[in-house]
Amino acid sequence: MANPSRIETQVLIIGGGVTGTALVRDLALRGVDCILVEKDDINAGASGRNHGLLHSGARYVAGDQEAAVECRVEGEILKRLASQTIQDTGGFFVAVEGDDERYIADFPSHCKRSGILVHRVDVAAARELEPALSPHTIAVFEVPDASIDPFRLSLESMAQARTLGARLMRRSRVIGFQREGRRIRAVQVRSMQLGEDVWIEAAQVVNAAGAWAREVALLAGASINMTYSKGTLLVTHGRLAQRVVNRLRPPGNADIMMPGGTVSIVGTTSTRVDSLDNIYPTTAEADLIVDEASRMLPALQTMRFIRAYSGVRPLVGSTGVADGRTASRGFALFDHDVDGIDNLATITGGKLTTCRLMAERAADLVCRRLGVAAPCLTAITQLPVAPECKWTEPGHAPREWMRTGQAETLLCECEMVSASAVDTIYAALVAAGDTPTLTDIGMRSRVGKGACQGAFCAVRAVAHLYQRGDFQAQRGLDEIIDFFAERWKGQHSVLWGEQLAQAELMEALHCGLFGEELRGDDMHGLCPPALNGKVSP
Amino acid sequence: MTHTRQDTFDVAVIGAGMAGMAAALFAAERGLSCIQIGNGGGILFASGLLDLMSIHPLAERRKWGFPFDALAALALEQPQHPLARIDATSVRTAFNAFVAALGKAGLPYAPLGKANSDVLTSIGTIKPTYGVPRSMIAGVKALAQRPPCLFVDFHGLREFSARQIVSTLGDSWPAARFQRLQFPGTEAVPELYAAHLARALENVETRARTIDLVKPLLGDAQAIGFPALLGLEHSVEVHAAFEAGLGLPVFEIPTMPTSVPGLRLLMALEAAVATRGVSRRHHSTVDSIVFDDETATIGLIDSPGGERVVARTVVLATGRFMGRGLVADRGHVSESIIGLPVHQPTSRNEWHQRDFLDPTGHAINRAGLLIDDSWRPLDAAGNPAWPHLFAVGSILAHQDWMRSKCGSGLAIATAWAAVRQITRQLYGDCDKAGEP
Repeated sequence: MANPSRIETQVLIIGGGVTGTALVRDLALRGVDCILVEKDDINAGASGRNHGLLHSGARYVAGDQEAAVECRVEGEILKRLASQTIQDTGGFFVAVEGDDERYIADFPSHCKRSGILVHRVDVAAARELEPALSPHTIAVFEVPDASIDPFRLSLESMAQARTLGARLMRRSRVIGFQREGRRIRAVQVRSMQLGEDVWIEAAQVVNAAGAWAREVALLAGASINMTYSKGTLLVTHGRLAQRVVNRLRPPGNADIMMPGGTVSIVGTTSTRVDSLDNIYPTTAEADLIVDEASRMLPALQTMRFIRAYSGVRPLVGSTGVADGRTASRGFALFDHDVDGIDNLATITGGKLTTCRLMAERAADLVCRRLGVAAPCLTAITQLPVAPECKWTEPGHAPREWMRTGQAETLLCECEMVSASAVDTIYAALVAAGDTPTLTDIGMRSRVGKGACQGAFCAVRAVAHLYQRGDFQAQRGLDEIIDFFAERWKGQHSVLWGEQLAQAELMEALHCGLFGEELRGDDMHGLCPPALNGKVSP
Repeated sequence: MTHTRQDTFDVAVIGAGMAGMAAALFAAERGLSCIQIGNGGGILFASGLLDLMSIHPLAERRKWGFPFDALAALALEQPQHPLARIDATSVRTAFNAFVAALGKAGLPYAPLGKANSDVLTSIGTIKPTYGVPRSMIAGVKALAQRPPCLFVDFHGLREFSARQIVSTLGDSWPAARFQRLQFPGTEAVPELYAAHLARALENVETRARTIDLVKPLLGDAQAIGFPALLGLEHSVEVHAAFEAGLGLPVFEIPTMPTSVPGLRLLMALEAAVATRGVSRRHHSTVDSIVFDDETATIGLIDSPGGERVVARTVVLATGRFMGRGLVADRGHVSESIIGLPVHQPTSRNEWHQRDFLDPTGHAINRAGLLIDDSWRPLDAAGNPAWPHLFAVGSILAHQDWMRSKCGSGLAIATAWAAVRQITRQLYGDCDKAGEP
């Protein structure tokens, strides 16, 4: 390699999900210099592909008391210190006819055993509060579940870490480790955008790569016993309930429906998978979710769904478990001493709700190894609001639009994303030395997330970015095509009814009129028809 | 016009998209008494370009400069395709009749030749098409020759960036320039709609002020491109005024729906069927159809008094999912009005490809009604469902109009062929109007 550049830091963190970003913030608050490398984008893995549920812990009370208590404690901390990322909706646990009577009867005492506030709600009263509940509902309990925006949580954690000197390298994949005895001397990182490599020399390396943690560990010469469980969720068009609605039974398929701004999110499934490639929602999973969840919420049978998404849960330390659901949802911290590496740790598994705690444990290990005495501050420090991070919240953009007297140019009419929101997001990424894409903007805002799934707003956003001079040459077309390829992964499994007509409109526009599927042929080498090769006799 | 029975129409056309409009138009031109049911909302999504056939076979993404050659190849290779069932002369005749009717209604098209034309779209891609509105034809020539050219757009028109077009074309059109202008009188308005600007340009003074804004920017330009908003009902007059005022060829660039060319097309087709005496029930939807040996009785809802329409033949031109001609639940695609069997993949898992832009297209788009040689949809046993029921346009199976770029061709040619069949069935070999 011709002179690859070398960068030094105290701690290199691999993986920009909720754990990695919580860790970089934790270490930065302790005064430790860090670099976070992420092969794709913030929350591109399971961190961005879950319910967005801040567990009260009630879901785990029967099977895993330790997890239940952890969730309760961590949930309370996040509600206090990261309230801008949370909608404190409360949650219902709902049993319908045929559900296990014993489980129902034991539920309140199990909750109390874990310190979780619970009270029984009269079924008729519950159905008045949440009219979508089935007429066959037989028991309802209220618990302090809440909804959390994992994108905002990670983006704001990263934003604060940055103000403290931490660096983020997006689209940068770890491709090799340089060892020196029992130590990792440097980590080879390749920029996916530029194709260039850098070597990062760090005193400590933390593998927080989520489902990819096993691959990263193997690259370093360490091993982790990990299995993968794929989970799929569906997004409705319109919000069906105000609260989190959980099925009151042992964890199973499609037993949680989350409120998410103007929509509801229903899931999940749990399927053991062997590979992290080609993960997308299937029609069978979509059908299973609709059929199963509609026992609790019958309106789902006729509801319009606008998209679906799948994530892969990394499950550690479990072998021979059939579907992955009963494998541990707890987290694991490996110090890799037994693998003969003294400055590598892996933190993986776990839940969105406990990401702060996972980061604290990993940071404690790293600081002990570095000889840093500073204590963890994340359980007592507010997560600051970062202006460029607020656009992920459903409903924020419309409120802003009402507030500003509607003098704004809207690029997205479904979710009311303004041109200035896109500008703010773009500028923040550029200021961090990044080259923002349309997909990046989609992740950091609601562009592409409404009913049209980007058919119109992607075109407007690209026109806007060209007009500002941010996009040049063919880039906007490439970006539109990449953006739809990504959105499509979540669409094809839920295309029936109204949303099928929506998809047809999208194709009529992007293929019928714009001919995007022909791109790369002769879009620009065109000649007059007479010279076109297929000449008329 | 002689009705065979009082209040019995020769033809009831259900649907008012491109195919329904074409069927009503052709029926009236053949002297058949015709009633059309449904609103023309679908046409608003049209681009104004009339595609015939450019890409075949899809998997090869093979692009044809001459649509009739493509149709000849299609006839050999995909005989089930609806356009493979119509001879080239009929297709040509149908297109000419359709375009002539649009011209008479104030929406002139460039003369139809043998070749497809390449048209620049608002995102900078190039679309092959057959029928080009006269207001866009200078753009076809400019795109072929790439002379110095000015692309103009307006502040607040969110889906159109002249800079995007110029930047996307890049080195392939080095003499292209862009300029964004403030449309007269819109200084404090953050969002503009093309239809409003098109209407505003029909005002002589606003038009003159706009032309005056462009004039000083011409430089060495030999042609000027605008987003498609040069007038609405009076687009011919507005376009001519721009060309005269600027002294150069002026062309429109088709834009994202719902677009001004779509609106013009809707207005022109509504005028065309109205002047030919077609009865219309814009706001009605079909509730039921009862067939007997001679006639069909169509029950309408949203119609005063729960009207019933009696017709000797019915043309189903209700479109696909967007048009609501086809509806799908999680397992099955159905025809929405009569419950006709729909040719379709065996399960939803096969409806769509995993890649949105997969060159072979999505299987669901080839689902639809099967027909016999007389354009009559088939029942489950493979026989015509009713002797006096016909189906035209995108509801037909074995075609993918979005990928083949044959949407207008499918609508116009199948409507023409079905109406010819109806005329024969009702009045023998000759047209009612006495034409051969």
